Amino acid sequence: MKDLGFSISQSRTIDLDKSDLSAYRRVVEKVPSAKLCLMCGACTATCTARNHTDFNFRKVHLLFRRGQFEGLAEELDKCMLCGKCRLVCNRGVNTRAIIYNMRIILENLNYKSIK
Amino acid sequence: MNYHPFVIPFTVGALFLFGVVFYKFYAWIAALDRKQKFMVKQNIFSFKTIRAIGEIFREALVHHNIYKKNPVLGYMHMSLAFGWFLLIVVGKIKASLYAGTFFEPPWLGIFFNFFAVDGHAFSYGEMLTFTMDFLLLIILSGLALAIIKRVKSSLLGMRKTTKHSRFDRIALSSLWFIFPLRLMAESTTASLHGNGGFLTNSVGHLIPSAIAPYAELPLWWAYSISLFVFFVALPYSRYMHIPTEVVLILLRNWGADTGEQLSGYTDIQLNSCSRCGICIDACQLNFAAGISDVQSVYFVRDARYKTLSDEVVNNCLMCGRCSNECPVGLELTLVRQQFRNKQEIPGKFYYEYTEPVESKAGVDVIYYAGCMTHLTPSIIISMKKIFEAAGVNYWFMDEDKGVCCGRPLRQQGFIQQSKNLVIKNSRIINSARAKLLVTSCPICYKSFREEYNLNLPVMHHTEYIEGLLADGRITLNASNVTVVYHDPCELGRGANIYEQPRNILRNFSLIESDYEKENSLCCGGSLSDAILDLRLQLKIRDHALGELTKDKPEVLVTACPLCKKSFVHGNKARVMDIAEIVAGNLKVIARKKQSVRKEELQLV
Repeated sequence: MKDLGFSISQSRTIDLDKSDLSAYRRVVEKVPSAKLCLMCGACTATCTARNHTDFNFRKVHLLFRRGQFEGLAEELDKCMLCGKCRLVCNRGVNTRAIIYNMRIILENLNYKSIK
Repeated sequence: MNYHPFVIPFTVGALFLFGVVFYKFYAWIAALDRKQKFMVKQNIFSFKTIRAIGEIFREALVHHNIYKKNPVLGYMHMSLAFGWFLLIVVGKIKASLYAGTFFEPPWLGIFFNFFAVDGHAFSYGEMLTFTMDFLLLIILSGLALAIIKRVKSSLLGMRKTTKHSRFDRIALSSLWFIFPLRLMAESTTASLHGNGGFLTNSVGHLIPSAIAPYAELPLWWAYSISLFVFFVALPYSRYMHIPTEVVLILLRNWGADTGEQLSGYTDIQLNSCSRCGICIDACQLNFAAGISDVQSVYFVRDARYKTLSDEVVNNCLMCGRCSNECPVGLELTLVRQQFRNKQEIPGKFYYEYTEPVESKAGVDVIYYAGCMTHLTPSIIISMKKIFEAAGVNYWFMDEDKGVCCGRPLRQQGFIQQSKNLVIKNSRIINSARAKLLVTSCPICYKSFREEYNLNLPVMHHTEYIEGLLADGRITLNASNVTVVYHDPCELGRGANIYEQPRNILRNFSLIESDYEKENSLCCGGSLSDAILDLRLQLKIRDHALGELTKDKPEVLVTACPLCKKSFVHGNKARVMDIAEIVAGNLKVIARKKQSVRKEELQLV
């Protein structure tokens, strides 16, 4: 069959009652502008990392929001924190700060500050 | 016998003070990192030490730097520091002459007037008494200013002064009591025995003779106890800066480097802060965004007492205005960076996914635009135009698949990740074997200069264009457009590039703003602050824009894509990068020649 670049997503259930939503609440506490995100994807379109890989701010943001942390830490490590996404965001979301805080929360141990 | 029980509090306090201070010094020096220790060993017996001693006199005693910034504040510090120092030295000389030995008890100089009631019965006695009174008067005048500053800082030209902790207040109050009590004690003794100078005798006359005999001892006791309280509080209060600054100046002159990781030198810097609060006035977060509890003075205080909060470390534009204003010369941005740095995980590599860019061989110049410049394509187009006009054989390295230079990660403390990107980019750049690397982004520029180990020189496009103009490889049309130049933080304070852009802009009608060079403002777009709210960020931008466009320039020129991007949306003036304004005014003669040559070739 000809590969058209589309595939069928596996069926899955996202039970928001059972997911851990507290982590996202912590992010929103630090970066209140996270709530403004429309998931328009402008950030992803401009992303330096996206140019090399399938890293996608919209996706990681959504996964984190729903508490689906599996493999997310590795995904977040793809970001170079260059900040382009923050500048193109038409809602004024500090996307860079969201990534930074998600990283800190997910890998609390590895990203230990040397205070 | 020159002894009375009231000297005990003073003596105990002084012994405690010396013990604690020397223990702390020892611990910090032992905790210096290897490189810092090496620099100390290299330079301890060199001319640098003599230079350092000169600086200690100038800064720790006379406070020349503060004087330059604010003469009243400078006088206040000088009168207290240098005045007290001389009071101790002259007191010591006086006591030695009186006792006839150099090894008189240490308290004799401090409580001299109480013991030496027999007037001035020794050589130079009267002259020395006059000097002591004069010094005391100077100190008291400084003290008066200090009290005024505490009550109403605006009278001394400071918009905001530091809010102090309770412990600092204890030390501060005891310091305020020391000199008035000394004056009162000496005056009371003078009224009884007539052994004072012009000041203490005059004040002594005002004291009723019925009270004097009863007030004398309590006053000397109070003086000694206030000294005791101050000495005991000193090592734990901001006044620790008095002894620590001496060590700081020595280490700095010996070439100690703040470095990436916390070390003894960090502690020395943290303890050298006098919490004068000059950084609060310098900070845009304060005067443009109204945040006044995260400034360097509070950061340093919290770091010292280990009560640092996330917000205080991270809510900072890292623009460097505070380090520039700091009278002690603390490297505040670098120290803050140290506290942001995260632990490295050995053996872990990041950004494995990036596809290696094939470097183009046989070019003279590599052009690295930088991530941000890709958001301002006009800069890229202009740079291409300039390269072509000058006939440069260049390669646009990150035209398609560039990776970040690593500095944004570094500023957020992800050192390891940043280093991985540095390795990736270095490999590409070094293998091209070109002669020069030009970048359009000051952030990348600073990163290339400081973190990379490259086999070629690096230039920001302001330097490069200045060189092209100076060599006559490009020429500009005469223009009388009025322009004002905004120094980007990373290019100005960060990399000391001030003259090159101004030399280019001399071809236009350049007007000066109130915020030139070291004093330039941050555009608010700084990547370093992952906390600042957009609303406040825009406040900072609007304030900066307002200041820069006060004289209604036609164009606001900057040299950083991030600054441009911030200012463009402020809608106050036309904003251009320096490359754009140059490209827009290029004389096309050089280009015509080239095309003519091509036509000739075709004919042949």
